[in-house]
Formats: sequence, C-alpha cells, structure tokens
Amino acid sequence: MTIEQDKIQEQLVVADNNKKNSTGALLSVQDLRVHFELRKFGFGHAGYVRAVDGVSFELKHGASIAIVGESGCGKTSLMKTILALYKPTAGHVIFDGKDLSTLKGADLKAYRSEVGFVQQDPYGALPPFMTVQRILEEPLTINGVKDKEERLERISKVLEEVKMTPVNEFLPKFPHQLSGGQQQRIVIARAMILNPKLLVADEPVSMLDASVRVEILKLLRGLQEKHNLAVIYVTHDLSTVRYFSERIFVMYAGQVIEKGQVDLLVNNPLHPYTYALLQGTSDPDAHNATVMKEVPPGEPPSLVNPPSGCRFHPRCPKIIKGLCEVKVPPEVEPVPGQLTSCWLYE
Amino acid sequence: MADTTLLQLENLKLYFKTSRGTVQAVDGVDFTLNSNEAIVVVGESGCGKSSLAKAILRLLPRNVQEYSGKVYLNGKELMSLTEEEYRQQIRWIKIAMVPQAAMNALNPVLKVGEQVAEPMMVHFGVKKEEALAQAQKMFQHVGVPADFINRYAFELSGGMRQRVALAMSLVTTPDLIILDEPTSALDVLTQANIFNLLKRIKQQMATSFILITHDIATSSELADRAAVMYAGQIVEVSDAKTFFSQPHHPYSAKLMASVPKLRGNAIPEFITGQPPSLINPPTGCRFAARCPKRFARCVEEPPVVQLDGNLVKCWLYV
Repeated sequence: MTIEQDKIQEQLVVADNNKKNSTGALLSVQDLRVHFELRKFGFGHAGYVRAVDGVSFELKHGASIAIVGESGCGKTSLMKTILALYKPTAGHVIFDGKDLSTLKGADLKAYRSEVGFVQQDPYGALPPFMTVQRILEEPLTINGVKDKEERLERISKVLEEVKMTPVNEFLPKFPHQLSGGQQQRIVIARAMILNPKLLVADEPVSMLDASVRVEILKLLRGLQEKHNLAVIYVTHDLSTVRYFSERIFVMYAGQVIEKGQVDLLVNNPLHPYTYALLQGTSDPDAHNATVMKEVPPGEPPSLVNPPSGCRFHPRCPKIIKGLCEVKVPPEVEPVPGQLTSCWLYE
Repeated sequence: MADTTLLQLENLKLYFKTSRGTVQAVDGVDFTLNSNEAIVVVGESGCGKSSLAKAILRLLPRNVQEYSGKVYLNGKELMSLTEEEYRQQIRWIKIAMVPQAAMNALNPVLKVGEQVAEPMMVHFGVKKEEALAQAQKMFQHVGVPADFINRYAFELSGGMRQRVALAMSLVTTPDLIILDEPTSALDVLTQANIFNLLKRIKQQMATSFILITHDIATSSELADRAAVMYAGQIVEVSDAKTFFSQPHHPYSAKLMASVPKLRGNAIPEFITGQPPSLINPPTGCRFAARCPKRFARCVEEPPVVQLDGNLVKCWLYV
C-alpha cells in the first residue's frame, strides 16, 4: 500500500470513528492532543503546555516508523500516550480496534501485554537487585503464566532471540555484571517476552557505544521482521534511522511538520526544519573542521504559547513575510510519498 | 597552525586500586599536542579516555595505586610540582576542563554568573564586581544572553548550560581546554551550535583542545588530529584526514566502519567481542582477540611505528 493510499485511509478514519476496525491498521492515532495544565501557586490555572498538538498517523502490522525531533518537541509525550501512560486531552489512540481511553482494568492490562517498551537508559530501566531470570520472569507471572517450567522455557527462548547465549550463564547475573549492550539486550528481551504486536523504542541506542549501537539496531530489525512487529522508533539521531525504519515523522513544537519514506526525506528534505536537522547531523569527514554549520537561530519555542502560524517561522531562513506568521500552513504533498506542512510548497 | 609543542605526555600511567585488583586505566600514554591544535581522543566506554583527562588535570580519586610518567606543558615538567603548586599555577589557569554532562557539573544553588566569575576571583584575586562584569562579557562571547548571569542552572536549557560550563573554563584564558563528551546529551542542532562556537573560540583565542568522545561523527567537527585509545593504551595517532578516511590500525578501521552515516550507502558493521578487562589486560596486542588481521606475532607487545608522521601501534606496519 502506498503512502498516498495511507493518507486517504487516515482521512477516512478521522471521518468515521465507528469504522475503527475496517482500516486493518494496528495502531491509529487520530488528531491526538496531549496538554498539561500549568498551575499557579498550586491551584490557580496558568495555561497549558501543548506537548502534542494534533498528530495523526497509522501504523500497520509489521511496519516501522521513526519519530524524530529535538528535546521538548513532544515526542516523548506522544510515545507515553501511545503506551497508555498519559491520557489524551483530545483525539484518539486506537489499537487493534480498541480506543485506549476506554480501556480499564483487565482490558488495559491486556493492552499493555501487547505493547513492548524499550527504554533509553538500560541500566536505569533494569532493577539493580533482580537477576536476569527474575527480571524476565516477572512479566510472565503477572500475566498468569503459572507453570514454572513454561516460564523458564519462554525465558530461554527470548534470551536466545536476543543472542544472550549460553542462556544459563546469564540467568543468575545482575544488571551491573553486564555490559551496556548486554543490558540493552535484556531490556529488549523483557519487552519481547509477552510476544507483543507493537514495540515502542525510546532512543534505544543513544546511551551505547558506536560499536554496539549497530548491533542493537540490527537485532531490533531482525526481531521486527521475524515476528512481524510494528515498531515506533523515537530518536533525535537521523543517522541511525536510515538503517531501521521505513518512514520518518519529523516533529517540531508538538506537531508533525514533515513525513515520508526515509530515502526521500533524507535525500530531499522539504521543510526548512528538516533541512536544518539534516545539515546539523555530521558524518565523519576531516573537511567538517574547516567549515561552520548552518544552524537556524534561537531555540525551540515554549509549548505554552507556541508561535502563531507556522511554529517554525521565528527561526526559519525561508520565511514568507505576512503569510508564515499569520496562517497555519496546510499539509501538502509536493513529492509523492512525502508530506509537509509548509507554505513554500502551497 | 603554529607548530610549537604545547603539551607532551610521556609514558603517563594511572592505575586504580580496587577490591578485584589493579585497574590499569591509563597504561603508558604518549602523545604531543601543538598550540592551537585540537586532538580528539576516541574509543569505546571503559577504554580509559576519561581517566586520561583526569591524569592530565591531576583530578585523582582516592584509590590511586600508581600515577607516573611525564607531563610537559610549554616545556615545563608538571609531575614534579606539588599539589599546591599545581593548583596555583596550572589547574584552570593553563589547563581547564569542561566536564561530562555539564548540566550536572553546575552548582544548583549558585547563580551561574557567580560560578563563571569564581575562577577569576580565586586565581587572580579579581574583585567580585569586576569578575562579574568579566563573566558577563564571557557570556556574550559564548552566546548566552548577558542578563542570564543572575539565573540558576535549572533555569537554563541543556545547550545554554553547556555554554555556561564552557564560559567557566574560558574565563581564565587557559592554553588548553579538555572537553569530556561535551555534546553527548544534547540535540542535533544544539550540538552543531556548540561545535560552531568551539571552532570560533579556537580561531579567535588560539586555544588548544583535547576532545574526549565516543561520538566519532561529531568529533570530526573540531579535530585536527585523532588519537585512538584501546584498553588503556593509545593505538593510533593520525591527522584527521587519514583517520576519517583511511585509518591505519585495524581497531580504528573497525571503529570507523561502525559509525552510522547519514549520507552514502555504506552499511555499518559492529565489532564482535568486548574490550578486555583493565584489571588483567592480555599480553601482546590488546586488540588481537577481536582483530580480523591478527597473526602469529600479535602475542608479543607491538611497537609504535611511524607512518608519514602518524603513529600506529601494530605489527602489521613493522
């Protein structure tokens, strides 16, 4: 299915919420808004932080997308809403035909067993006083796998999948006895042990050495293909995205400003912000030391009072005066398979 | 680039005593650094990069077992100085450091302006008002709005905190600044901004830099030369052009091949195996166990070989 068709389907979904099941998508995010209320002196109202402000996309079984953006652009809030840790202010997150905001009790628990989460800092994500075996056993016990033999069997299987062999050698180890790469494998094993349909990975390799990074990305890619997993890869590092995802979503100030297939977007960025991000990413080259980088001035805006019109306009080198700061740019598709919200292409 | 030698290390060693044995974190490091030059020290975690920085700046923990070798700065031997002499003459006056994760290096209960003014008050006896005025100037120089001197660290963004930490090290105009992973916690655009700033400082103030990082791609933004560290030892020192295109040592080549690149079609590879423990490092070449090009002689300690002005510690080039 092409991106074009995807877009049409996206609109269909937004138009008709009742046909949730008909799209065949695993995850559908519809005009999602996540706002956090600011308090003055603890109880007075002082505005909202608009962390996620109108994001829509769909993810099919086995597809992988990357969400790219700087800190404070809302990518973590978006991710946590998908994990059902935050409640959406408006809009819907629909997983396998079920609206997350309606889930309660046992249904919510069932949902959580279908979504795996890979944290950024593996050492922080693993309890220091539990052995590898206990860490991996816990999700199984909680989800009612009562037979001890079966639990051990599943643990061995998942450890083999993340290439932690010989399994018996690693079972009694504590996290601090493992290297950073091995810790991250255990985090991935824990995310995989309940056979989820969706894996959310938050900067899974940013804390690791370059030499291990690629290994972990290849492992994730392998798991994705083998189990037909849908993966959301959240990162600010564009250079690793290429080896992992099919589509990139670039977020700025709570909104998706450009999305498209990885190669299209990397080779021909449309939005000035995407261009700046790509320019800012270095490749190892001795020539770099002799030239200054093009960097847009300023910092990402506050999400309490985001700029009017296009949110990137105060930093944009290609601003169209009288238009960009007044009207919100519509989403257009100047190149098939690559959509952007920018007045330059209208 | 001036070719006068600024810093020279000879057989620098720093061993730590632990309950499991002696950790040979820095094991006989030699290199020279010219004035107004930037050298990048790269290597995997646990190879002794940060310990090297501490050994140069003599910021030693309590469990030091051995600290030996020679450090020359502008021809003057530093190891024979007493701690007090070192503090009064060298640390922060000649050699300053921007620590890893600058956000945690700032004092949360002191205004950032005072923290930048402090080195001048302590080392040069400058009065507080004057030091604060200087700090304000330094803030503008590194791109922090001047009125930020009255803010606290938590009121600044990550990039701004990194700039403040840089201002703190620049304010005494040292000859050498050691940067320990200066941008690893920052966003892409902030990283690019900080490196633009470092390039400008290098041009305008003729400062030298030792950049310690595991991020090879961004290190190319500043490096004139690169030193590759493996298991406590330097295995290659090459000029940037050689290192980033055709590194000599098999470890450097593997390291370069593992860097994901945005442009081009090369698929990154990973290095199998793990770096050896620094408690009982293997004899002979320490990389031999992971090296694709090892042969019989690798069980002996490899010599350091000169190749067009670059140094490689490998039997392949003998």
